[in-house]
Amino acid sequence: MKHSILHVALVAVAALCASGTQTSAAWEPVRPVEFIVPAGTGGGADQMARTIQGIVTKHNLMKQPMVVINKAGGAGGEGFLDVKASSNNPHKIIITLSNLFTTPLATGIPFNWKDLTPVAMLALDEFVLWVNAEKPYNSVKDYVDAAKKAAPGTFKMGGTGSKQEDQIITVGIEKAVDTKFTYIPYKGGGEVAVQLVGNHIDSTVNNPIEAVAQWRGGKLRPLCVFDAQPMAYNEAIADGKSWHDIPTCKSQGLDMEYLMLRGIFMSPRATKDQVEYYVDLFTKVRATPEWQDFMKSGAFNTSFLTGADYTKWLETEQKRHEVLMKEAGFLSPGN
Amino acid sequence: MTARRSDAAGPAHKAVETGVALLIAAFGIIVIIGSLKAGINWGAEGPRAGFFPFYIGVSIVAASAINLWSALRETDDRLFAEWGQLRQVMSVVVPTAIYVGSMPFVGLYVASIIFIGWFMRWLGGYRWLPTIAVALGMPIITYLVFERWFLVPLPKGPIEEWLGL
Amino acid sequence: MEELANLFHGFAVALQPYNMMLMVVGIMLGVIIGVLPGLGGANGVAILLPLTFSMPPTSAIIMLSCIYWGALFGGAITSILFNIPGEPWSVATTFDGYPMAQQGKPGEALTAAFTSSFVGALFAVAMITLVAPLVASFALRFGPAEKFAVYFLAFCSFVGLSKEPPFKTIAAMMIGFALAAVGLDSITGQLRLTFGITELLNGFDFLIAVIGLFGIGEILLTMEEGLSFRGGNAKINLRVVLQTWKELPSYWVTSLRSCLIGCWMGVTPAGATPASFMSYGIAKRLARNGKNFGKGEIEGVIAPETAAHAAGTSALLPMLSLGVPGSPTAAVLLGGLLIWGLQPGPMLFVEQKEFVWGLIASMYLGNLAGLLVVLTCVPIFAAILRVPFSIIAPLILVLCAIGAYSVHNSTFDVMLMLVFGVLGYLLKKCNYPLAPLVLAIVLGDKAEEAFRQSLLGSQGSLSVFFSNGLVSTIMVLGLVALFWSAIQEGYSRLRTAVA
Repeated sequence: MKHSILHVALVAVAALCASGTQTSAAWEPVRPVEFIVPAGTGGGADQMARTIQGIVTKHNLMKQPMVVINKAGGAGGEGFLDVKASSNNPHKIIITLSNLFTTPLATGIPFNWKDLTPVAMLALDEFVLWVNAEKPYNSVKDYVDAAKKAAPGTFKMGGTGSKQEDQIITVGIEKAVDTKFTYIPYKGGGEVAVQLVGNHIDSTVNNPIEAVAQWRGGKLRPLCVFDAQPMAYNEAIADGKSWHDIPTCKSQGLDMEYLMLRGIFMSPRATKDQVEYYVDLFTKVRATPEWQDFMKSGAFNTSFLTGADYTKWLETEQKRHEVLMKEAGFLSPGN
Repeated sequence: MTARRSDAAGPAHKAVETGVALLIAAFGIIVIIGSLKAGINWGAEGPRAGFFPFYIGVSIVAASAINLWSALRETDDRLFAEWGQLRQVMSVVVPTAIYVGSMPFVGLYVASIIFIGWFMRWLGGYRWLPTIAVALGMPIITYLVFERWFLVPLPKGPIEEWLGL
Repeated sequence: MEELANLFHGFAVALQPYNMMLMVVGIMLGVIIGVLPGLGGANGVAILLPLTFSMPPTSAIIMLSCIYWGALFGGAITSILFNIPGEPWSVATTFDGYPMAQQGKPGEALTAAFTSSFVGALFAVAMITLVAPLVASFALRFGPAEKFAVYFLAFCSFVGLSKEPPFKTIAAMMIGFALAAVGLDSITGQLRLTFGITELLNGFDFLIAVIGLFGIGEILLTMEEGLSFRGGNAKINLRVVLQTWKELPSYWVTSLRSCLIGCWMGVTPAGATPASFMSYGIAKRLARNGKNFGKGEIEGVIAPETAAHAAGTSALLPMLSLGVPGSPTAAVLLGGLLIWGLQPGPMLFVEQKEFVWGLIASMYLGNLAGLLVVLTCVPIFAAILRVPFSIIAPLILVLCAIGAYSVHNSTFDVMLMLVFGVLGYLLKKCNYPLAPLVLAIVLGDKAEEAFRQSLLGSQGSLSVFFSNGLVSTIMVLGLVALFWSAIQEGYSRLRTAVA
């Protein structure tokens, strides 16, 4: 097509680019890696992706740049479908949250996590039951009693999104203690916490990172954590209490457990070498002090799974979400 | 609005006005159909997903009906635009459509080079040298600013793939 | 007076040479980001966020917030010169800014826009310095009902203004609402109006519509006149800045009103876009030469720019003191704070004094630096209009395409942009107003969301919108704004009847 000098120059440039990359047997990215976030800018998944991007850049963990791209449309469906459509493109990874399971079930978009190649579980995000500190509920029991006593439909639970993790937990609580909340969906976790401070809602199930500032400011009070054991972080946060001091909901008679996945997937049909490259990369990321600080600030559960263990975990969670969503009546009519 | 001379030819304003009103009404009908699918009643938790869009669709159709009626009643025979003017408008719309349509296949850069080059050479009547300078310069600056500096990937085609960019 | 001492300490922090340098770099980057359509402030800050990890937090936030100021300044440039708003909040600036540029007064329009931006931001920073805690507690009173009332007011103060036939206005506005409704319904988590088309999952982005309707549509209109068209004989020296400055103080009432509207909208947080529309609408009603708005009235540039900048700046206050972002860019900055290990919220002002006051001081200095940078560039920007249309037009079209693409990284959006462009051309020639359409796309889904959240809380009772003093006042203000012309007419009749 293009002849003569220009062509020669282009070939030379291309050759130069190629020789710049290592010729070891294992796979390595040769182009910028797109890191898809199936959620909006500023949310939990976005923060994590950009932290990872910063760590990778700062510690020079990858030769090619990592580019974060938000594809939030349709509760993340846009992002999932985009990666699903990029078969054989190893330069595309995606960070997921619970919408990996909930979005296809609630909206009926043609997607299942099996369409992607699982890489690793980075962490699990905790959920805590929060109330306004001015309210007289000091324990789960006070809270449940108040919810049961309130006129039907007047006890309000705020949460992020509709038919997603927050509302699933809300339905779980309703089942566990046999009462009924009015669930009000908001756009983001920070907004939910502030609505609780302003007494526009009665309780929330915010992630630790979303509400910790208000807890330290004495505006909110945590009642229990929706995990099998208390969180691991012992450092005092507010009033001499630490994350570790928050009891589990089950121990308080509220039988509901829920953790949200923060995991990495690749586009379909990735080779073993490619998956291994990313597993190795994220292992390095997890070893950095920045990552550990980030985990501490959000009181994350730092479980790390890869390979078959990860797939097994995903299968169990997929089934669990199907049951939870079906019981709650959240399935889209098409399913 | 546009044509002042009576001898100039072109589509009548009335006809275009009627067409636009019909187009908007058609859009309104699509909205109504979509809303019906989503559910338009007032459920236990307030209005359902299709409630507002349904009435929006109805208002669009109603407003278009009135606009259509007043367009048809219009007696003045002014022109929408002269054919010559429309030809000039189309001389931008058509290449832009080709440019936009080819982007997913050949990528943004190649499409932009051809588009700018075509525009300057055939519409602007510039010499080859300035044409090539601008047509190549703009995509190169774009590449540097977006892809290298701000790390925003833009659509690429087979040539970029071959160059390893 | 502890605040003042803290502030001076903050100035000392911000005035360190390293921080000063970051400030200027940030402003420059921000202006570029603001000028490039699609690469808005939020995207720009998000993209550059990871680069700041290796800096101390105070320096990092200074640089990022300066990018933010730069983007706010930059958004006005393309609106005035090419009728293409680089940022959503500069749409209202096009209404009078672009006609001014067409009349050969781009320098005046740009100077007015930049100076008003500066005034608005300064007012907002002063408010943050002096009454931050008070304002924060005011923001807490805004639940869904109050938010809906604010959107209602923003809408009412803007519609009912147009000279176009009323049913065309309604049709245009409803198209906007319908487009805003496409995609995921945030209350039920259900898809609507997508007809199974994957590309519609995300709905219609406001920027795509605006780039098409305003930018491409305008190029097509210009093409009717042929390629001979060239930009007006723009004066290109710095004297124009001083001449415009002489004029500006006489509009102090508009400025002050716009500052207040902007601060209120930024804190609530409704954002800079409704603020700019609301301010423009109210200025048009109250100004002596309100009839000339839309034909190149300088006051029509001052009002939206002041409000947008005041809102953009005060949006940082709820972010810092409550941890709730007042704008998309603030949301990204919030993420940045968390990554640097700072917790926004009630304790930030107590525990991280150096950081907070360093940031506030950088707002004063950053804005001043920004103003100086952009004002010196006014002649350069204005000179762009002298480039022949057949060179600038393809470049604008390419930039629009890039902008439309980078909103969601989708080539579908680029095609959509062209469709909007042709639509904009047709609608404009058939006398349909485009501004209500655009406003409806911006506010439509937010207003619907707030409305339905309120009804969820009140079990479907509409009385929630008049349930307390705050929400009732805003709703009544909205109704007054909606029926303003009728009220005015009634009042003048009453006066003649009495006389």
